[in-house]
Amino acid sequence: MDVERTSLPGIGLRHVFTTGRGRQIGVVSHRTGRRDLVIYDKDDPDTCVVSVALADEEANALAELLGTGRVVERLAELNRQVEGLVTEQILLTAASPFAGRRLGDTRARTRSGASIVAVVRDGEVIASPRPDFQFRAEDVVVVVGTDEGTAAVATILHGG
Amino acid sequence: MHAATQLIELGAIVLALGLLGAVAVRFSISPIPLYLVAGLAFGSGGILPFGASEEFVSLGAEVGVILLLFTLGLEYTAGELVGTLRTSAPAGLADLVLNAAPGVAVALILDWGPVAAVALGGITYVTSSGITAKVMGDLGWLGNRETPAVLSILVFEDLAMAAYLPILTALLAGASLVAGATTLGIAAATITLILFIALRHGRLVERFVASPTDEVLLLKVLGLTLLVAGLAQQLQVSAAVGAFLVGIALSGPLAHTARELLAPLRDLFAAVFFVFFGLHTDPGQLPPVLGVAALLAVAGIATKLASGWLAARRAGVASRGRLRAGAALVPRGEFNIVIAGLAVSDGINPRLGPLAAAYVLMLAIAGPLIARGVEPFIRWRGIRPSRTRPGARRKQEVPAPAGPADSREDGRDEVERPGRPPVPGQH
Repeated sequence: MDVERTSLPGIGLRHVFTTGRGRQIGVVSHRTGRRDLVIYDKDDPDTCVVSVALADEEANALAELLGTGRVVERLAELNRQVEGLVTEQILLTAASPFAGRRLGDTRARTRSGASIVAVVRDGEVIASPRPDFQFRAEDVVVVVGTDEGTAAVATILHGG
Repeated sequence: MHAATQLIELGAIVLALGLLGAVAVRFSISPIPLYLVAGLAFGSGGILPFGASEEFVSLGAEVGVILLLFTLGLEYTAGELVGTLRTSAPAGLADLVLNAAPGVAVALILDWGPVAAVALGGITYVTSSGITAKVMGDLGWLGNRETPAVLSILVFEDLAMAAYLPILTALLAGASLVAGATTLGIAAATITLILFIALRHGRLVERFVASPTDEVLLLKVLGLTLLVAGLAQQLQVSAAVGAFLVGIALSGPLAHTARELLAPLRDLFAAVFFVFFGLHTDPGQLPPVLGVAALLAVAGIATKLASGWLAARRAGVASRGRLRAGAALVPRGEFNIVIAGLAVSDGINPRLGPLAAAYVLMLAIAGPLIARGVEPFIRWRGIRPSRTRPGARRKQEVPAPAGPADSREDGRDEVERPGRPPVPGQH
């Protein structure tokens, strides 16, 4: 995905990208801290049809909703769907033996029955990490499984 | 008793401005034309002539011009200015030639002489960046693809002003060719020096201005600005340009704070300046020039539409955006009056003041209305957007040179990994 960045002299910056379905969305970042969410016309890439001015907090709330909040929601839904399953978010500290090693090395699923479904890193969600995924300190590992299973994964990750 | 009269008059003027400002906000128009009208009403030959507070108002007007240009300089970083010169010079020059031409032509046809022609050319040339930026923000046009082109034109115009004002001051002072050339040399050297300091040693300026509290910062910045403006005036460069350059030399978070601190002062004194200009314009002089002013206003709308069209076309924008760009550029306001004020105070043709007042009144009101009406007009005429693929667009941005103390974006498109929000450079 390409994010096109344009400077608006005297005002700030504009970032625009095109979604997979061909809609263009952008954000105008004012120097004052105001953010405008702009959505472009379907047929006319020059014109934005909607422009919503957001204050600092509002922009943060929106980012939150679009970012990590989504995963938590999805997991909550998963919880409701499957009785007896819990999700656990485990912080991988620098002390963990797996910081810098691959997900496959933990053999977490084999040893505990619980699955690592996502990793949150720098506010970015990496969904369904593959076995060759490399952990870093400060990663938040999202695990789904039974109570015992998720606890077991926590123990493994903390160096058990 | 005299002091009491002064206070009463001042209070009445400022209160009247406040009430007019409320009206302007209510109808979301620019208050500038209303301030001018207030000045016309209170001035010589108006309905309610004021005389006692003359001195204060004239000094206030000077300060108003200085603060207007200072805050304008704060809007842009030196990097943006240089970057704009590199990328938008053709569009900017087209804008200059197209829009100055009607003013120059009218002054020559009326036989007002070459100096008046230069002044009137400036008056018809400059767009009110304040009104334009506000209108674009109000209409939600900031995200539009033609906006960077419009903003670049505004930057170019402000730069042109920095070169133009010293020339005008020299011409108005009736300087001989040699003296005029010397003045221009001094002005050019000063501008180059300040730009160099701002680009290479912006840190030094900021260290000097940096202050423990807002109060200290306000006093330092205001003092520095007035001092440099006064020195520039001494050197025959024009106080306004000195102030503009101080604004450019300040950038970063300091500039942001300074802008917030000085905005109320600027609003007050700028309002005083517009009133001052109105005070010195005799409303009785308006009717004879109305015809010429209307003619110039129509020409001014047409030429701005053309220059907006050209600039947006260079940026690869389709016809809807080109029309919008032109409409956004129509408003004239503060700087046209600044130019006219300079010319009038130096005793140029007495009809220039009323002409400029009428011209700005028309376009400060008509500009935003035209901008508001352009989208409905496009829909009514059924101007179809050309279905260009987003990927097929030509790039259009204002690169800022990446100096050592300048880790800002270089304006080039960049590919960013999804999910890592780019951090916009806060200037």
